[in-house]
Amino acid sequence: MDVTIVLILLLIGALATFFSGNALASKVALFFSVAALGASLVILNQFNQGIDCGFSAVWMKNPNVLFSLKVDGLAIAMILLNTALIPLIILSSFGNNFSNPKNFYSLVMFMAFAMAGTFLASDGFLYYIFWELSLVPIYFIALIWGNDDIAERKKAVIKFFIYTFVGSLFMLAAFIYMYQKAGSFQLDKLYALELSSKEEFWIFLAFFLAYAIKIPLIPFHTWQANVYQKAPTVGTMLLSGIMLKMGFYSVIRWQLPIAPNAAKELQYFIISLSIAGVIYGSIVALKQKDLKRLLAYSSLAHVGLIAAGCYTLTVDGLRGAILQMIAHGFVIVGLFFAAEIIYRRYETRIISEMGGIRQQTPKFASMFMILVLASVALPGTFNFIGEFTVLYSLFTKNIALAVLGGTTIILGAFYMLRMFQHAMLGETNAKTFADVTLTEGIVMVVIIGFLLFFGLFPKPIIELIAPSIKEILVHIK
Amino acid sequence: METGLVLLLLLAPFVGFLTNIFLGKQLGKNASGYLGSLAVIVSFVVTTVFFLQVSASKQPITVHLFDWFTLDSFNVNFDILLDQLSLLWLMFVTGIGSLIHIYSISYMHDDENIHKFFSYLNLFIFFMITLVVGSNLLIMFIGWEGVGLCSYLLIGFWYKNQDYNDAAKKAFIMNRIGDLGFLVGIFIIGYVFNTLDFMTIKQAVLAGEAKANLAWIGIATLCLFIGACGKSAQIPLYTWLPDAMAGPTPVSALIHAATMVTAGIFMITRLNFLFDLTPDVQTVIAAVGVATSVLAASIGLMQNDIKKVLAYSTVSQLGLMFLALGLGAYEVAVFHVVTHAFFKACLFLGSGSVIHALHGEQDMRRMGGLKSVMTITYTTFLIATLAISGIPPFAGFFSKDEILMVAFHKDKVLWVLASIASIMTAFYMFRLLYLTFFKEFRGTEEQKHHLHESPALITLPLIVLGILSAVGGALSIPGNSWLNNFLQPVFAHKAHAEHHLDNTAYMLMGLAVVGALIGIGIAYSKYIKKGEIPAEDDQITGFANVVYQKYHVDESYMRIFVKPIYAISKFLRDYIETGLSDIVFGFGNVAEGLSLQGKKLQNGNIGFYLFAFVFGLCSIVFYLFFLR
Repeated sequence: MDVTIVLILLLIGALATFFSGNALASKVALFFSVAALGASLVILNQFNQGIDCGFSAVWMKNPNVLFSLKVDGLAIAMILLNTALIPLIILSSFGNNFSNPKNFYSLVMFMAFAMAGTFLASDGFLYYIFWELSLVPIYFIALIWGNDDIAERKKAVIKFFIYTFVGSLFMLAAFIYMYQKAGSFQLDKLYALELSSKEEFWIFLAFFLAYAIKIPLIPFHTWQANVYQKAPTVGTMLLSGIMLKMGFYSVIRWQLPIAPNAAKELQYFIISLSIAGVIYGSIVALKQKDLKRLLAYSSLAHVGLIAAGCYTLTVDGLRGAILQMIAHGFVIVGLFFAAEIIYRRYETRIISEMGGIRQQTPKFASMFMILVLASVALPGTFNFIGEFTVLYSLFTKNIALAVLGGTTIILGAFYMLRMFQHAMLGETNAKTFADVTLTEGIVMVVIIGFLLFFGLFPKPIIELIAPSIKEILVHIK
Repeated sequence: METGLVLLLLLAPFVGFLTNIFLGKQLGKNASGYLGSLAVIVSFVVTTVFFLQVSASKQPITVHLFDWFTLDSFNVNFDILLDQLSLLWLMFVTGIGSLIHIYSISYMHDDENIHKFFSYLNLFIFFMITLVVGSNLLIMFIGWEGVGLCSYLLIGFWYKNQDYNDAAKKAFIMNRIGDLGFLVGIFIIGYVFNTLDFMTIKQAVLAGEAKANLAWIGIATLCLFIGACGKSAQIPLYTWLPDAMAGPTPVSALIHAATMVTAGIFMITRLNFLFDLTPDVQTVIAAVGVATSVLAASIGLMQNDIKKVLAYSTVSQLGLMFLALGLGAYEVAVFHVVTHAFFKACLFLGSGSVIHALHGEQDMRRMGGLKSVMTITYTTFLIATLAISGIPPFAGFFSKDEILMVAFHKDKVLWVLASIASIMTAFYMFRLLYLTFFKEFRGTEEQKHHLHESPALITLPLIVLGILSAVGGALSIPGNSWLNNFLQPVFAHKAHAEHHLDNTAYMLMGLAVVGALIGIGIAYSKYIKKGEIPAEDDQITGFANVVYQKYHVDESYMRIFVKPIYAISKFLRDYIETGLSDIVFGFGNVAEGLSLQGKKLQNGNIGFYLFAFVFGLCSIVFYLFFLR
């Protein structure tokens, strides 16, 4: 069995969801997403036995485009992140009443399909198509099912769409330029391409623009907080949990090995920018009034650290970045879900309108607390492994980088505990807070279980990604 | 066999935590408390078994549990190291931990969330054991952050009160400042030694491999010391500890006096071979320690909240321990950690007994005359007070005396300062004793009617700790120290020669006792003879008020650090964020503006098109004929 099965399941899932009608849509989507997860686990198993699960077929003769999918440890890790989070995200939405659910869940499945394609494609043209394809469903999800005033939302979502789309066009230009030289979009052909330092520089920058907007890094982040806030929580989870990892994945898979010399030249500049983002995001998060916005800025801070790890171009930096991508994916989905759970009961996202919840629902309070602790990378959670590894890699570059990046452990605790205190603690709230439902509980427990388990036994993931990191670093060296 | 026992040691409190958190409510209040206590007692018994084994064999026990994670140049394994140092620490952590759990069954009985209390307390013990038995820096760091978490949860145990939550948050964040230092220290050590394992580092140091990297090691030890400052409440990171008194009193006794706050001392002692290499950092440690000791003691002179006095006393005593560490006298610091654990736990639990009897009153101005009603509490409190004041033959005398002696031999200034701190300690402790237990009762009539000695579950731990405070000094009697011999394998150098008894030693002991008696004498004349009662808050003026207000350090931190960060945050939120957004929209607006202008041209007016056509043609002709 090769990896196309995952893509097929997700695509069929999208269609089946659409045709199953409104009543069944969410359940059909859940079914196919779980099936895709199962298929990914089978692929993982095959991969561990040394079977090549990649796929390649000629798609177009002119231009020379292959439908080729590459499967290595890194790709599998990202596919698993995708297919593990999608069922959780779908399940988390069972408490919502969306209008037109068949369209909604179909778009979610289609987005999962496009993102999976992005993580697998090893042909630049195919990769670009998947990359852009993933933008379409999230655009509609945010626009149609989002919250707040429609005009404001439209403005934010369209800005997001155009901004990321324009960024990606530069990437497309870079691909076309390279195609002129290599006669192929194939990953290994592009790796092997001999580029002058000037060419590398511009190609690197073109990629950087696409990825810096997608991730986002400061100062390209202005779309983020608004869209995270206004999208429905499912959309926010898709964006923050999975889609932004497409950016990092592309940095590691495409940008760094294709333009290694430019990367080396610019690495300190980008690391500094990323770490500035860590501090900037943390400080802006402190005084946010809206819980989802606060989490958006916390995400901005965390992705800054991941980016810094990527651009150290060291084994530890890349490893830490990948681990942190996975850990962040789970924790941010959990945190946004906690915000959603509160919203379902209090119909507010404003932190000052919450408070006094813990007394009413100790269960939810404990789960939320654990997520907060994972977010501030308490040792024993998976997030600690990633954060420690990234900070250590920064230290091996320069001690000042580690200290500045390390302020995240102070500032992160500052804004997260402050938020928790005002959202959850204090005198018992007059409004009753119904206990978490079964499905809500399942989603939370699975996420927490994942973060705690791999906090103590990260070895399987570390071993899964190790060979890919080595291979990529060979191209960079 | 050993792996099984180690797992039992670690997991007993963890299982206690899980059981109480999930089933505690169903179990009922008493069952929950007894279960929590039992979990710690199991760990205590296992510790005793290991302790006896290692005392006899003198061989440390190492157990490999599992591989944790990998870095490029080294692996981090989940290994356990049970040597003399960790076992000594475990003995008093689990021993005093058991006593305080038992005490809490009664003390917390009326709290609706008692099962949560015990589950957090168990979790704390679990992390404290992890901290102590880890065989490398990162396992220690798990415990280190874990106890910080439990401290956060327990300071904010009464979470309806946002002031308490503030205190909890402050403790966590200030600790995290130290933790960043700790982390950087870990990075450097990993980088220099390619391992984080204590034994391997020690061997490398003893083999002289560290010589080439002394500068790095200096930065590392300094960073680690910053970490220790956070956890063990030293200048400048001490202000969280007095606030931490917001937590229930057993928590103050266990976490914020006897065990967690000594973690910094444990860490430095554990890495003594590194600190020995960096004398400059040792000087810093000694200076910070003695400064903290004097500063905290001076604040303690003026406080009226019984727990605040004890909190500042703890900070001050920890300062003395750091002084000893800075002077390279690790075994002396450890000795004082142990005796301090006995008498400070006793004092805190005693104050809890008093607060319990007075239904929550903590202001000493509203106490007095409890001696006759609460005899057991009073007697044990008196013993512990004598111990902390340094009166022979009580435990604190021996340990404090050794610190003073070491200081005297190294640097007379340090000795003078430490002696001043000790005199102040004797004064404020007796001030506390007199105000609480002597003279007339000054509380309400209502309280007076209900005055009573606490039940056996409270007095029993007090008695045990009282006895330990009385005889604990036997661990290390000058000239013939069991403790020093026991700990010797842990250290890279020989124990100090100062332990020998000579005339200087006797003279110093005499001076120390005289100093303590002076402090006690002043307290006696003020509060017994003259019968003074500290002034009400609004009547404290001048310098006294500055001291009473803790030198306004908290307010300064607020003004220098917290408020500016808030201001920056608001500024970034309101101006920079919107500004950046406008710039991006600016690109869009420019494009839109251009297209709007362009749109005007295509207005469907044939005349305009013709005009444009003719104008364009004329321009071309003009250009071709006249300008070329």
